[in-house]
Amino acid sequence: MLKSSHRLWAGFAIPGTVWLIALFAVPFYVVACVAFGTIGPIFRDAVPQWSPLAWDFAQAQQIAISLAAGPLQGVALRTIFYVACAMVVCFAVGFPVAYYLARHAGKQKLMLLVLIIVPFWVNYLMRMLAWVNLLSTDGLFTRFMRIFGINYNWLDGSPVTVIIGLVYGYIPFLILPLFGTLERLDWRLVEAARDLGANSWQAFRLVTMPMSKAGIVAAGILIALPMFGDYYTNDLLSRSPSTEMIGNQIDFFLNASSQPQNGALLVLALSIFLLLFMSFYLRSTGQAARQTTG
Amino acid sequence: MGRSRNIKQTSPLVFMIWGYIIWSLVPVIIAVIYSFNDGRSRTVWQGFSLRWWFTDPYASIFHNAETRGAIGHSLVLAIVTLLVVTPLGITLAVGAQRMRGRGARLVQALTAAPLITPEIVVGAALLITFTRLFTAIPLGFAAQLLGNVTFSLSSVVVIVRARLVSIGASFEEAARDLGATRLQALRYALLPMLWPSVMASLVVVFATVIDDFVITSFLSAGVSSETVPLRIYSSVKGGATPALNALATLLVLASFSVLIVGLFGLAAWRKQQGERGGLRAALADVTQMDN
Repeated sequence: MLKSSHRLWAGFAIPGTVWLIALFAVPFYVVACVAFGTIGPIFRDAVPQWSPLAWDFAQAQQIAISLAAGPLQGVALRTIFYVACAMVVCFAVGFPVAYYLARHAGKQKLMLLVLIIVPFWVNYLMRMLAWVNLLSTDGLFTRFMRIFGINYNWLDGSPVTVIIGLVYGYIPFLILPLFGTLERLDWRLVEAARDLGANSWQAFRLVTMPMSKAGIVAAGILIALPMFGDYYTNDLLSRSPSTEMIGNQIDFFLNASSQPQNGALLVLALSIFLLLFMSFYLRSTGQAARQTTG
Repeated sequence: MGRSRNIKQTSPLVFMIWGYIIWSLVPVIIAVIYSFNDGRSRTVWQGFSLRWWFTDPYASIFHNAETRGAIGHSLVLAIVTLLVVTPLGITLAVGAQRMRGRGARLVQALTAAPLITPEIVVGAALLITFTRLFTAIPLGFAAQLLGNVTFSLSSVVVIVRARLVSIGASFEEAARDLGATRLQALRYALLPMLWPSVMASLVVVFATVIDDFVITSFLSAGVSSETVPLRIYSSVKGGATPALNALATLLVLASFSVLIVGLFGLAAWRKQQGERGGLRAALADVTQMDN
């Protein structure tokens, strides 16, 4: 009886699972087969090596060296630096906004929530296009800044523009989960701390933070992951090699060059780097779930 | 005294939240306004007109053959993705929720992974796969469909599973006690109650696919499979006219009309069924902010 029901539920899961194995798990293996494959002698095309026993790691070594100390090092470090800067700004702006919304918004809560959800639903490209318009040489923002004597070409390889672009693009995806975490907190505990003599900073640091830490970390990782793979923000707001991120290199090798093997290797390198964050994320969400239920 | 202290503390936060809202919305509103510019500029206002929307017989988005093609392609891709991913996601959610043991952990890991994998990784991996292993699937519509289903499947599973957890097992058990088979209990007791999560999934997947750029771009095969986001992306770089703003505005209108229909549908359903919730719960359904 129990066994038959188990089989029934497994049967429900089969179509979706097969789909994800074929089109999510298998593709990673194919990427590895191309990354560790060979280059065809005539067309110089990447030939996949299907047997892991015959994988050739020569090109992988080249790319690893290039990332660690060669031409790709700048791109790798820049990617990490841009994402780190964007994360700091995202939290500096996003946390107070989510905190206010969860804690002090009162009767305005639903209206503010709706206004904060709106950018979440506005297409990413539209939001970038809006800034391209404002920042172009005769754009409203550029003209406005000229009043103050600032004449700057914002769209010509400016790291500040790219970082602010990343913030603008991803911050809505941080604020909502943060708000969700903070709203679920048992604020009576914070009030208890205040009643026992903690000042507001102490209560925040000793009660609010530890209770919401797991949710905050999870929300941060949730936007850091796509930022590490971003290439279009950069492409739209700068288009200069001086601001290229790792995603731009992947896009270039796979879509615009005849070296897909390098593209495959960079996809693998990025995935391995991000696995670290992902495992951290899974741990944090596990903790957050325990915190709210237990 | 406590009250005055409170007000002093919150005032910079009020300033901050309104500053954020203005910063996040005003650039987009300006871009929408400029889609009605009478001139060819996207930055200098030259009077109001609908030329980039309707009236220009060649350059307006509803007359230009290329933008019309892109609009049609986007809509077909979104709708066909919905038709495939919804049943696949619901069955996977039910199965994953109730399976036990090692198989269950595998299924859970497989459904969680796409949610936290950057799109460029999924897009690049699928591009490599469709060009080297599954070569029967041509780049273009077929590959874009498979890619979008793969990427949005997990969000359907998350939304439906959250609903399954909140429903619990008691309704099905009651149906079983009254003589229903397992499948009958599923069909007549559980399925009708899943409706809000299905509606939320439809809204979320439609918006995801209609807005998708990365996967659709990696798996496209030139102009024949160009969607609206791809068209926007390639024209931002050139000296495009306000028709570009109009096209981007159209995309925003598409996701918002689906969102609003979905929200009111969800709120109405909840009210009719006597469930608590209203707009706040409906918003939580479609943004997954409580997950």
